[in-house]
Amino acid sequence: MIEPKAMIELQQLCRSFQIGDQCVHALDHIDLKIEGGEYLSVMGPSGSGKSTLLNMLGLLDMPSDGEYLLNQTATSQLSEEGRATLRREHIGFVFQSYHLIPRLTARENIELPLILAGIAPKQRKPLIDKVITRLALTDRAAHAPNQLSGGQRQRVAIGRAIVMKPQLLLADEPTGNLDSASGREVIELLEELNDEGITLLVVTHDQSIGDRATRELKMIDGRIASDRVTRTAS
Amino acid sequence: MRTADLIAFNLKLIERQRLRSAMLLAAIAISVMAINLLTGIGEGGKQFVLGEFNLLGKNVLIMLPGKKETTGGIPPLTGEATRDLTLRDAEAIARLGNVSAVAPLIAGKMEISHGTLSREAFTIGSNRAFFDIRQLEQAHGKALPKLPFEQSQAVCVIGSKLRKELFGTKPALGQWLRAGDSRFRVIGILKDKGEGLGFDMNEAIIVPVANAQALFNQAGLFRVFIELRSLDGFQKTQQRILALLKERHEGEEDVTIITQDSLLSAFENILNTLTLAVAGIAGISMLVAGILIMNVSLIAVSQRTREIGLLKALGCPARTVALIFLSEASIMALSGALLGILISELLLYVARGLYPTIPFTTPFWAQAGSALIATITALLFAAIPAQKAANMTPVDALLDKKAGQA
Repeated sequence: MIEPKAMIELQQLCRSFQIGDQCVHALDHIDLKIEGGEYLSVMGPSGSGKSTLLNMLGLLDMPSDGEYLLNQTATSQLSEEGRATLRREHIGFVFQSYHLIPRLTARENIELPLILAGIAPKQRKPLIDKVITRLALTDRAAHAPNQLSGGQRQRVAIGRAIVMKPQLLLADEPTGNLDSASGREVIELLEELNDEGITLLVVTHDQSIGDRATRELKMIDGRIASDRVTRTAS
Repeated sequence: MRTADLIAFNLKLIERQRLRSAMLLAAIAISVMAINLLTGIGEGGKQFVLGEFNLLGKNVLIMLPGKKETTGGIPPLTGEATRDLTLRDAEAIARLGNVSAVAPLIAGKMEISHGTLSREAFTIGSNRAFFDIRQLEQAHGKALPKLPFEQSQAVCVIGSKLRKELFGTKPALGQWLRAGDSRFRVIGILKDKGEGLGFDMNEAIIVPVANAQALFNQAGLFRVFIELRSLDGFQKTQQRILALLKERHEGEEDVTIITQDSLLSAFENILNTLTLAVAGIAGISMLVAGILIMNVSLIAVSQRTREIGLLKALGCPARTVALIFLSEASIMALSGALLGILISELLLYVARGLYPTIPFTTPFWAQAGSALIATITALLFAAIPAQKAANMTPVDALLDKKAGQA
């Protein structure tokens, strides 16, 4: 569902870290609007603040200054509990290192957000089955993460990210640990999800992946150096 | 997060860390076991002692030869007399106003035989009053006849076990037994009643006191049971008995009178000390288990930092993160407690097999209490690590560099 107003709006957002006696501005007065259903890539050199931006959008981090509106809700005043609820209901994360829980099977990893949300086992089952089928993980569902290939692990992680049907999917170097073939599969999967309406933001070092997005952000020194729409969404 | 899911989540974790969990489980189980075992033994001892002395009525005094000057300890059950307590003393006591019955007692081991069968048995010399005071009943036959203290008669009453050992399946009533140099006719067989005051009456033989004096070649009494008519003037009668004995024993008060109350209070002191010891041991072992729990939880929190970060990223609120760690500790504590209770029950079962007369049982309050203490300890000591986990900011936890990648 595309909102009439911007789904995400950053207003003069700052995030600074104190490292020794130096103050590092990871995000330096960022203004940004993202509409629902957009496909963005965020690129830039190491330390330019792209991961901090992603963490900020994912409500994992708190701004030092400025405001972040998610669905017109000001988030800076929210408690950690409030932010946790927004994360649970609206945001899915895909990490470079998958962040799967090793003692849980693929299926249980995908199930985890539903468990944490307190959804009853009966209602959980069809939701997980759907995701597992969607990601072609049916014959891998009972395997532990260490029995899966990198690509499969990342597919499990994507399954976990989308099982709660979030509006926003944040991927931090999702192909960083993958060979190019599985990397391409993962990106294509994310793009398919974007085609189905999810807002997708991918942080990457890889120009060829960055170029696939319909909107490219380039970050340097905590600022958005360029923001261009490469092609209109299909 | 649903409770069932929380438990399942924790069980997977516990199962994954078998060794660590086993150690923790053992620590809790041992401390809970210590509490239950000690309480079981203490309670068993208490019930045993109470049972023993409940055989005597509240209105029965026991007089022993000899005097202990200390107070509060156990009275001199063995008796170390300077001057014998005689049948004449017993007779004099029986003449006192408030005294309804007096049972003198001489006891010892003696070789008892019938035909070719023989065995050493506990031999008691007493009178008819002994049967009433100790509430002994006969399965067959009758009790000792009412005789003047100093009159002997060659009759005896035997315990059921002794009867079986000497006569087997043959009838025993009316048969003659040999004890030392004398012969006794069996006139009664006691009902199976078990031990009382340390004697197993099932293996005993009871003969008139005068016969026993001859058998053991001993005039001095081992004990005198004195039954009072009423509890009114209990203290006064006790004083009068002591005064009488003092007068008869050339002005020296050389006997000890035990009442049920004084015995029970003496044992209560011992039992209270035992209770304190239990509390101390329980406290120390729980503290050790608690520190272990805290250590393990702290390690778990630092090992699972990235997992905590992930849970937070998935929208798990801080209190749920804390709950995960607290419930893990509680599950461990409860399972450990259960294990400890099971082991202690097993050991007490074995103990009951070895000492059937002592009712070793842990009361329910001790079992519930020890499980509760274990759980509370676990929660208290897991609280700091759980809080540490809950307070982590999601981004820092996710970026934790120490842990390996999944």
